[in-house]
Amino acid sequence: MLKFDHVSKRYPDAGDALLDVSFHLKQGEMAFLTGHSGAGKSTLLKLIAMMELCTRGHVLLDGQNLNKVTEKNVPYIRRKLGLIFQDNKLLYDRTVFDNVALPLIVSGYSYQEVGRRVRAALDKVGLLGKEKKYPMTLSGGEQQRVGIARAVINKPRMILADEPTGNLDPELSAEVMQLFEQFQKVGVTVLIASHDVDLLTQMGHRILTLDHGQLKAS
Amino acid sequence: MKQKIRHTNNTERNDLSEKSQAYLRIHAHALFSSLGRVVKNTFTSVMTIIVMAIAISLASGFYLLVVNMQQLTGNIESTNQISLFLKSNISDNSGKKLAEKISQNAAVGEVVLITKEQALREFKVYSGFGDALNVLDTNPLPTVIQILPKNTLDDVKTIESLMMEFNRLPQVDFAQLDMQWVKRLQSMMQIFQRGVLVLTLLLGFAVLVITGNTIRLELQNRRDEVLVAKLVGATHSFIQRPFLYTGFWLGFLSGVTAWLLVSIIMLVIQGPIETLSVLYDGTFNLSYFSFIDIVLLLSISSFLSIAGSWIVLHFQLQQIKPR
Repeated sequence: MLKFDHVSKRYPDAGDALLDVSFHLKQGEMAFLTGHSGAGKSTLLKLIAMMELCTRGHVLLDGQNLNKVTEKNVPYIRRKLGLIFQDNKLLYDRTVFDNVALPLIVSGYSYQEVGRRVRAALDKVGLLGKEKKYPMTLSGGEQQRVGIARAVINKPRMILADEPTGNLDPELSAEVMQLFEQFQKVGVTVLIASHDVDLLTQMGHRILTLDHGQLKAS
Repeated sequence: MKQKIRHTNNTERNDLSEKSQAYLRIHAHALFSSLGRVVKNTFTSVMTIIVMAIAISLASGFYLLVVNMQQLTGNIESTNQISLFLKSNISDNSGKKLAEKISQNAAVGEVVLITKEQALREFKVYSGFGDALNVLDTNPLPTVIQILPKNTLDDVKTIESLMMEFNRLPQVDFAQLDMQWVKRLQSMMQIFQRGVLVLTLLLGFAVLVITGNTIRLELQNRRDEVLVAKLVGATHSFIQRPFLYTGFWLGFLSGVTAWLLVSIIMLVIQGPIETLSVLYDGTFNLSYFSFIDIVLLLSISSFLSIAGSWIVLHFQLQQIKPR
């Protein structure tokens, strides 16, 4: 599903963020990406989401070399992914429903289909009945789950999460992680960047550790 | 096997109609959500629309002015008559004899004699001096013979030689070809029209820039939205579509407002124009926008606004990272 082949990323001012990183995630696999802050976790996720391009090597998503994707096709690559951010990136002037529906609206789904899927996704993350609320009126954990609902509504092949439990207490963090496991069980590939080592080791999935841009153990 | 093929065809057709439905849905969504946003940002929208409407109404107002002036000079154009002002010692009677003689000339079409009395009467009515003229002891106006050449417009040389011939007559003080001042008026009109054209282009450019700037601000306000839309897989055209529709609404509503403004101005000047019309023996009618003019006005203002938005979006959307 996802293959990094000797990937390096160098920023003009900040130097190497990733250095010769190689690994392979199979379809339906769940893995954690960990390391100290500034180790290159976010950069690695950004390469997959095509927010950045690597300077050397190749990133292959679903067999497609991301270096060769034209600007016009970037949106269609992103539709295969569900992105979850530490800061949620919710739109605060829109209701929960509108936030979650955005990926479907963007793809031109019918209103009936959008309504049906949004309710299903909100049900999945335990927020059914909060469609009409605004994100500001929700707790941090609920906001994070709105973000997750938005990420999975398009039935992505792969979920990428950047510190999804960063702002949550341990109990909520465990709940969110369980949610990710549920998606993995239905065949979605999941890659989660997190520095919450205790929680990760408990869960017993594969752990990729970055250290100054280099992959330590696979 | 046959069935299988038919099945694929069907799904393809379904796909196609589904795609076109999705396309229409996305457009309808953008059209109405952008109108909603224009209405919601009442203050900004109203300000922008008023500024643009003033620019557009200036341009279209000048257009109407040109059209009306063309109508005026158009009327004059057909009367390239020669006026013979007779010497003041020539009586109306000998004037009449001269007029009869002139009408026998092969090149002359129509001859009208305006006696001193007639001239004074007309002058009293149209000059506005009225009774003040009664103070005069004698009538200072000369007898005038108006001559309309047979070949009216096209043959300028014949008309000019005809005028020279009349000018040599002993009874004639001087002959005046009305065409000369028509020509002068026309060339002045040309300068005026050119000026209006340049002004219209400038005002159109202003509309372009005003919408462009409004859209730029709108884009700044909705930066987060654009960013998130990009991250969930929105295409470039999906992102710019609502902004283009906003541009369309601004342009369209400005066009409608400008139309109203010009109509109000026309109502205000209706009175004086009617007076003018009387002075032109009722031949002058105030031209107003035709149906096609209105369609053009709304299309051009909408088009300019969309163009302004598009230009700004083309440059500004690329600056919002990621791609």
